[in-house]
Amino acid sequence: MSGTTSTEGSALEGSELEGPELEGSELQGSLGAGVQESLRDSARSSAHVEVDKLFLDPELIEAESPAGPDAAEYALRLGDDALILAQQLGWWISRAPELEEDVALANIALDLLGHARSLLRYAGTASDRTEDDLAYLREEPEFRCVHLVEQPNGDFAHTIIRQLLVSYYLYELYSRLQASTDATLAAIAAKAVKEVDYHRDHATQWTLRLALGTDESRARTLTALADLWPYVDELFRDDPLIRRLGDAAVAPAALRTGFDAGITALFAEADLEPPTGPVARGGGRDGIHSEYLAYLLAEMQVLARQHPGATW
Amino acid sequence: MAEIEPEIWPLWEVFVRSSRGLSHVHVGSLHAPDETMAIRNARDLYTRRNEGVSIWVVPAAEITTSDPDARGAFFESPHGKNYRHAIYYTKAEGVKHL
Repeated sequence: MSGTTSTEGSALEGSELEGPELEGSELQGSLGAGVQESLRDSARSSAHVEVDKLFLDPELIEAESPAGPDAAEYALRLGDDALILAQQLGWWISRAPELEEDVALANIALDLLGHARSLLRYAGTASDRTEDDLAYLREEPEFRCVHLVEQPNGDFAHTIIRQLLVSYYLYELYSRLQASTDATLAAIAAKAVKEVDYHRDHATQWTLRLALGTDESRARTLTALADLWPYVDELFRDDPLIRRLGDAAVAPAALRTGFDAGITALFAEADLEPPTGPVARGGGRDGIHSEYLAYLLAEMQVLARQHPGATW
Repeated sequence: MAEIEPEIWPLWEVFVRSSRGLSHVHVGSLHAPDETMAIRNARDLYTRRNEGVSIWVVPAAEITTSDPDARGAFFESPHGKNYRHAIYYTKAEGVKHL
């Protein structure tokens, strides 16, 4: 701070400007392109905007070592959940109730896409495929996502309740996966858990407002909950792959207690009840999907399939 | 022309502190239904590139502003009052560190 101030002092020799104004323009200069327009003297501020000194964080978690077949299959499951949910949320851009919510949902979608990229990249190390090969060139039965993320966006309440259920589950998952014996999965989880924590908060805030808002918003929330709750069970099913992976993975069934505790506390506040009723068959982890996934994939994959290898 | 719909959500002004020791600076405004959501929207809209360590939101309606038409009366009086600036004065002999 003192160093910068002395630089400005020499540039402004003879000026009558006083300290506080200089600090203000310096701050704005560091806040990105959008606010620079408000600067009265862009030449003066340019001394403090050092774009070339911006250090960009790595976008992806790189694999520590190639994944074995089981770890790759597990990474594919988690990666596909994130990828499909990201693709769904992208639809809301320009369609959310307000511009601010467009950005909120887009941010969440981009977080999830980041998780998907790291996970698919790791999964691909077992079969020498890239993240794009896995995202764009697999057929529907090769996807490993759960049915909950395939459920349509519906109205805003459906999207929020789906976010609620998925983010409470993912928070429990990534919290524990940080302790995985697989170094790559542990690193991906450590980055993802902070982001999923925010997704959980976003869904919590909206669930409270929708459930306790107007008659209309409450009715839609109850409908969304009734529609989506049957798909919760699939999130917490163990299978032979999970048992083979041992401490490299997190057993889904072990996550149910934490999920239920969080949901129960929120539902008490929001005056909601977990629906009782039939449980969906599931099967996503084995490549058996709902009728919605194929359409979603068609849209997501069409460009990469029509123009193989295209870059932009 | 059709009547423009009134905004459903109130307007909030956003202030972000970029790092420790610096003051919060106005960065823009946004719409939100209440203060809790306003903070979250501010996080999503204005801290996407590591800009901040702290956010304030203030209801825009709660801010009282000076009258733009009163610029003369408010802000032009200091012109010519050079004695309000330190450089107006000559340093007394023997004073160090000024």
